[in-house]
Amino acid sequence: MTGPGEWEPEAAELVRPYVITKGRGLPDEAELSLITLVTAAPEGPRRPTRLSPEEQRLLDICSAGYLSVAEIAGHTRLPLGVVKILLAALTEGGYLITRPPVARAPLADREILEEVLNGLRAKFG
Amino acid sequence: MAFAPNSVEPPHAVEPPHAVEPPHAVEPDTAGDPPAPHAGPGTSPRLGAQAYVRGGATQTAVKILVVGHFAVGKTTFIGTISEIEPLSTEETMTRAGEEIDDLKGVTGKTTTTVAMDFGRLTISDRVVLYLFGTPGQQRFVQMWEDMARGALGALVLVDPERLADSFQVIDLIEQYSLDYAIAVNHFDGAPLRDEAALREALDLLDDTPVVTCDARDEKSSAAALTTLVRYLLDRVR
Ligand SMILES: Nc1nc2c(ncn2[C@@H]2O[C@H](COP(=O)(O)OP(=O)(O)O)[C@@H](O)[C@H]2O)c(=O)[nH]1
Ligand SMILES: [Mg+2]
Repeated sequence: MTGPGEWEPEAAELVRPYVITKGRGLPDEAELSLITLVTAAPEGPRRPTRLSPEEQRLLDICSAGYLSVAEIAGHTRLPLGVVKILLAALTEGGYLITRPPVARAPLADREILEEVLNGLRAKFG
Repeated sequence: MAFAPNSVEPPHAVEPPHAVEPPHAVEPDTAGDPPAPHAGPGTSPRLGAQAYVRGGATQTAVKILVVGHFAVGKTTFIGTISEIEPLSTEETMTRAGEEIDDLKGVTGKTTTTVAMDFGRLTISDRVVLYLFGTPGQQRFVQMWEDMARGALGALVLVDPERLADSFQVIDLIEQYSLDYAIAVNHFDGAPLRDEAALREALDLLDDTPVVTCDARDEKSSAAALTTLVRYLLDRVR
């Protein structure tokens, strides 16, 4: 993936991010993309665990609606790698939903592009 | 804001849960999103209702990249189109030391920070569009992969006075097989003098759209985005 001399995200390298993430590694990109929408699980976890202040803060921010992973990182000012790790852990623990129920079949590319085109025209004339 | 290597406590250090500010008036979300089960005393979110994705439970999130060299107008463009105050996120990147640190005589790690800006536009109750902006820096592989994966396409902002600065960005976009349109960001507002010369300099395909755009102007920026999306649509039809 990443060759020698290439830049890699530092999520678990520095002491503080390491502590925040409890040393966990970056989650699989397929699970959490920049635009994965995240919200608090309505029921909460079945077996609540003690959350770190950072985990609690992410959970709080996610409690009033859906945000993308990127927006959560932007609002909390935590590095993206750290946010992904924490969100993955909170999801695993049952605190968050990162795969919200999709009420309809996912839209095909063409449908999405048509919708975007129409939306832009409607909004901006 | 990423962590500086030496800072013990970053300035945005997370407050303990009991120290959070009083909650903003958060409107109950009426769009079918779940209620706020964890918003007990002292743990209320500090984001206003408009910060959240409307109808997030059923939205399909998509993204378009806004790329270009430094100071070409990416952040301005995203701010013009976005319905939220544009956000940014940074990643501290390291590179295993292949160079010897002259002063200390030890092999160290090089650390740098890369940022991306982004904004959001709710297109309808079915689609929410994110715009991600980043400069083209080849070696930030991870960030580029994060951004490019699943993107609908890219709008490449180009300064006609600094065409050579756009080569690297266009290379990257092509490397990730993203379809793109060129928005010539005209700082003086003058009409594009020679589109043919620009096409040749940038080695564009004949059907690659080229539009002029003032990133500070909503109509102009939206028109550039519309041109890109129409082009993307032509390509899937
Ligand atoms: N005249 C003019 N100025 C612009 C335009 N787009 C951006 N700028 C200005 O150029 C500077 C750099 O823009 P910015 O959006 O920060 O560039 P970025 O580095 O690509 O994000 C800012 O001072 C903007 O106000 C434009 O279309 N016309
Ligand atoms: Mg910028």
